[in-house]
Amino acid sequence: MAKGKVVLKLDDDISTDIIYPGRFMATVLPTETPQFAFADNTEFNEALREKQFPAGSFIVAADNFGCGSSREQAASCIKGYDLIVVARNFARIFLQNSINVGLQMIICPDIEADEGDELEVRDNKVCNLTSGKSFAIEPLPKARQAIIDAGGLIPYARRLLLERAA
Amino acid sequence: MGMTYVQKLLARACGTAVVETGDVLELPVDLAMSHENAALVINQFNEIFRDTGREPRVWDADKIAIIFDHRVPAESSKTATNQKKIRDFVAAQGITRFHDIRGDVGGICHQILPENGYVRPGHVLVGTDSHTTTHGALGAFAFGIGATEMAAVWALGSILNVEVPGTIKVVVNGEFPPGVYAKDLILHLVGLLTAEGANFKIIEFHGDAIRSLPTSGRLVLCNMSVEAGATGGVVPPDEETRRYLRDEAGVVDELEIFAPDVDAVYDRVVEIDATHLEPQIACPHTVDNVKPIGDVKGRKIDQIVVGSCTNGRLDDIEIVARTLRGKHVAKGTRMLVFPASWRIYTDALNAGYVGDLIEAGAVVCNPGCGPCLGIHQGALGDNETALATTNRNFKGRMGNPGAEVFLCSPVVAATSALTGVISDPREVN
Ligand code: SF4
Repeated sequence: MAKGKVVLKLDDDISTDIIYPGRFMATVLPTETPQFAFADNTEFNEALREKQFPAGSFIVAADNFGCGSSREQAASCIKGYDLIVVARNFARIFLQNSINVGLQMIICPDIEADEGDELEVRDNKVCNLTSGKSFAIEPLPKARQAIIDAGGLIPYARRLLLERAA
Repeated sequence: MGMTYVQKLLARACGTAVVETGDVLELPVDLAMSHENAALVINQFNEIFRDTGREPRVWDADKIAIIFDHRVPAESSKTATNQKKIRDFVAAQGITRFHDIRGDVGGICHQILPENGYVRPGHVLVGTDSHTTTHGALGAFAFGIGATEMAAVWALGSILNVEVPGTIKVVVNGEFPPGVYAKDLILHLVGLLTAEGANFKIIEFHGDAIRSLPTSGRLVLCNMSVEAGATGGVVPPDEETRRYLRDEAGVVDELEIFAPDVDAVYDRVVEIDATHLEPQIACPHTVDNVKPIGDVKGRKIDQIVVGSCTNGRLDDIEIVARTLRGKHVAKGTRMLVFPASWRIYTDALNAGYVGDLIEAGAVVCNPGCGPCLGIHQGALGDNETALATTNRNFKGRMGNPGAEVFLCSPVVAATSALTGVISDPREVN
């Protein structure tokens, strides 16, 4: 599965205001939101825009990632760079938005990793190749499995719409 | 085994006898609310219909509410264009509960829904706004969702794959002492539970102190339940709910008032004695960084903000006007007041409160979200400090990551406006 470097390490309670500041909320399309990802962290935002991080690189956070506002831009802006978010746990709306838009996220309650570490995801574990430690992955909510399997909520809802109309 | 209030509500909504925590349900939706972010919902809605050979049509044009509040009147051409796109969609689909930028029907979504009687006990209510939890104050199961999720609701009329949440029971007995309000209670509770303490759960409010709170105070509690991570907050409906819906919201039809089972099973019970509560302040940069006012008293404030879907209601404005009447906002401090709806603004005008505020030096702005989320008016300068009756103090929330936001009740905001520093209302009067 995925293998890549940790490009950003974050603390507890990272709000969607930090991920996608409110002043850019008039920009809504998933094709346009990535430019404002972590806009107040100018260095990281520039690195993202300059495409310094290959797809499959990791953001590692602690507890309650994505708390606060329901703005879906916070999920779509990260998805735009195909980064993977690993956190000890996620706030509910952000978790569901991410599944709905197909952002890859991993719940890993004991994760320990620093910026620059190399991570690999395999056998339901996140392996920190730099430290040599590995950490168990907690499954995503089972209620959402069908949406994950469909590749996101849009294809899933489209299928239901057609089935129900028939 | 007994059911909690929300479990009972969900069983009714699905037409089954029992539901249990963790069950996965598809729920028919009674009301689907959006604001300016309907611009994204429309985009995703059209995506769902792409290549299906079907015309995009919403499932029920009478069950969708769209309220312009986040940026009113539009602050940029981009916002104005989004608003125009939404207006065109509303007209094309025949959406009836549309609240445009108007002095007769406008306001913040979480005030417009209750005051127009759109929310009822027993409703399943979803909104593309995290503070949709507010409407649990009237006995609805109300929660925030994202734009793509809302697009699926517009298409299918139901919310898919919802896990029945567990519930934290919060019992508040005793009487609120002078100078202490619902806002102080919820700040205290968020501090106690922490920002993630109620993640994926419902907070169900009980006790004498809750029963004696008017709906305006209950709306504050449920509004900020999400700040502890809760899926929803709920006050089981009672006589006060009936009074509010009949007298203030003009609802005439039958109400379904029911209570949780006495043997309901809760994940956790928290008991609070209101008698011992003090005014509370949430300090930067997280809402759960709550301290009793004594710990932060004397802190200089550049901008006071009264308003938002938390504390911009008539009783909030009344208390602020009463505190400021005949006095003046301290030099070096500015004060902004944003009523939560135009109905409240008009009532405040007729009661003389708006005059009191202006004469004291406050700036009374048009109803809307205003500075609450830092995108429209009232942004803060570098290193400035705000004291606000809003619900979030995250870094950058009022438009500037180099500024600080403290949260408080309306009476603390008003008292501090007079002194220019965080001040305890129990000491000043
Ligand atoms: S007033 Fe603030 S918290 Fe309430 S809906 Fe508006 S932006 Fe959100």
